[in-house]
Amino acid sequence: MNLLLEIANGTLALTAVLTGILLVVAATLIAKLVGPKSYSVKKSDTFECGIPTRGQSMIQFKSGYYVFAILFLIFDVETVFLYPWAVVAKALGTDSLLCIGIFMVILVLGLAYAWKKGALKWQ
Amino acid sequence: MFDFGKWTSALNELLLGVMPEWAAITIECVLIAVALLAAYSLLAIFYIFYERKLCAWFQCRLGPMRVGPWGLLQVFADVIKILIKEIISIKNTDKFLFRLAPFIVIVSSMTMFACLPWGNGLQIIDYNIGIFFILAASSIGVLGILLAGWSSNNKYTLIGAMRSGAQMVSYEISLGLAIITIVLFAGTMNINELVWAQNDGWFLFRGHIPAIIAFLIYIVAATAETNRGPFDLPEAEHELVAGYHTEYSGISYGFYYLAEYLNLFIVSGIASLMFLGGWMPFHVPGWDAFNNIMDYIPSIVWFLGKAFFISFVIIWFKWTFPRVRIDQLLAFEWKYLMPLSLVNLVLMAVFVALGWHF
Repeated sequence: MNLLLEIANGTLALTAVLTGILLVVAATLIAKLVGPKSYSVKKSDTFECGIPTRGQSMIQFKSGYYVFAILFLIFDVETVFLYPWAVVAKALGTDSLLCIGIFMVILVLGLAYAWKKGALKWQ
Repeated sequence: MFDFGKWTSALNELLLGVMPEWAAITIECVLIAVALLAAYSLLAIFYIFYERKLCAWFQCRLGPMRVGPWGLLQVFADVIKILIKEIISIKNTDKFLFRLAPFIVIVSSMTMFACLPWGNGLQIIDYNIGIFFILAASSIGVLGILLAGWSSNNKYTLIGAMRSGAQMVSYEISLGLAIITIVLFAGTMNINELVWAQNDGWFLFRGHIPAIIAFLIYIVAATAETNRGPFDLPEAEHELVAGYHTEYSGISYGFYYLAEYLNLFIVSGIASLMFLGGWMPFHVPGWDAFNNIMDYIPSIVWFLGKAFFISFVIIWFKWTFPRVRIDQLLAFEWKYLMPLSLVNLVLMAVFVALGWHF
């Protein structure tokens, strides 16, 4: 239940999303209506510090970022698993400590493996 | 403490008295949307002014002084200027994704913004997994930035977006772990309950050493998460022109600027919520007279004051530390900050299990 008014949270979240969309649409409309318009070939060119652009930019990209994205996936899923545990940890007491200890050790081993393999080094 | 919920429930009853429920809910949602828009734009304007003045003072300048007293109207003039600029259409872009990207960035920050507790009874979205919802909404923002860089079909924007994506997803883990540390201590994810749990002392003071370490980790991770200096390499001006939003012009560029300043406020708001008690006044257990005096200061002043203070610290970082390199940035997160926050989480679990906290 919501504090402010008795509206379902889903409706309120939807209101926030629609407000964001409204903001973008309204501001863009104002800019389109009021702003000046002029066309030229050079103006619509891709910006590259004054020299003509060579080729496309939607190309395959450095794999360094890819490794970090994979690592992120692993550890982000891990944090998602930790949330429900964190909420009930106080009530469960020392038992919860043991369970999550094993989980953490496995994870840290994973991080250590990635570190050892050189995945954390920028290539 | 004054409860703003009284006003809103009075309004609710007034509306329910004269119209059916669906109409009342629609009107209330429209009012909420108007309030959100007003607060969002006013805070953005305030933050731009705040940062320009602070940056000026850090460099012994005066900052904006010409328009209005102490330059107060300068930002309004800037907003009008950027609103009536031409939106240039670039060839070779992916038109659909290029237009979609600002929507994602703004919607993500607006959803987070609606979750913040502004005062006693002044909160819009209140899920029982509130803080988790905020983090979920914040990770959608990365998508907008990646799309902006990719769809522009420009080398600078591509590199900027890739850096930004790598940086934001990496630091999100430390941010999440710092927040889990406090969730563990409080035993709840509901924002309202989190604030009320700090009635007799803020978590920063009650949580012993792990809470202080978590606060420091949070501040560093939040600085990186909002792409601010010394971690502002997605927009490193002398390397990448303007990073992922190089090809955007006029108000389309303004949206990124807007979301960046609002994200600064939002991360400061979350820091004040998790560590400094949200809108809860400064209470010392046992000092009843002192606590009563503190209650006279409105809760919204407490919340905004704490958020502005943390933003001040984050802006201060920018003028203190030199910009880091991308390999240093990622190594710092993965080799130091994340292991440290994992150890800190275990430490907090031990402290909570043994009851070594206040």
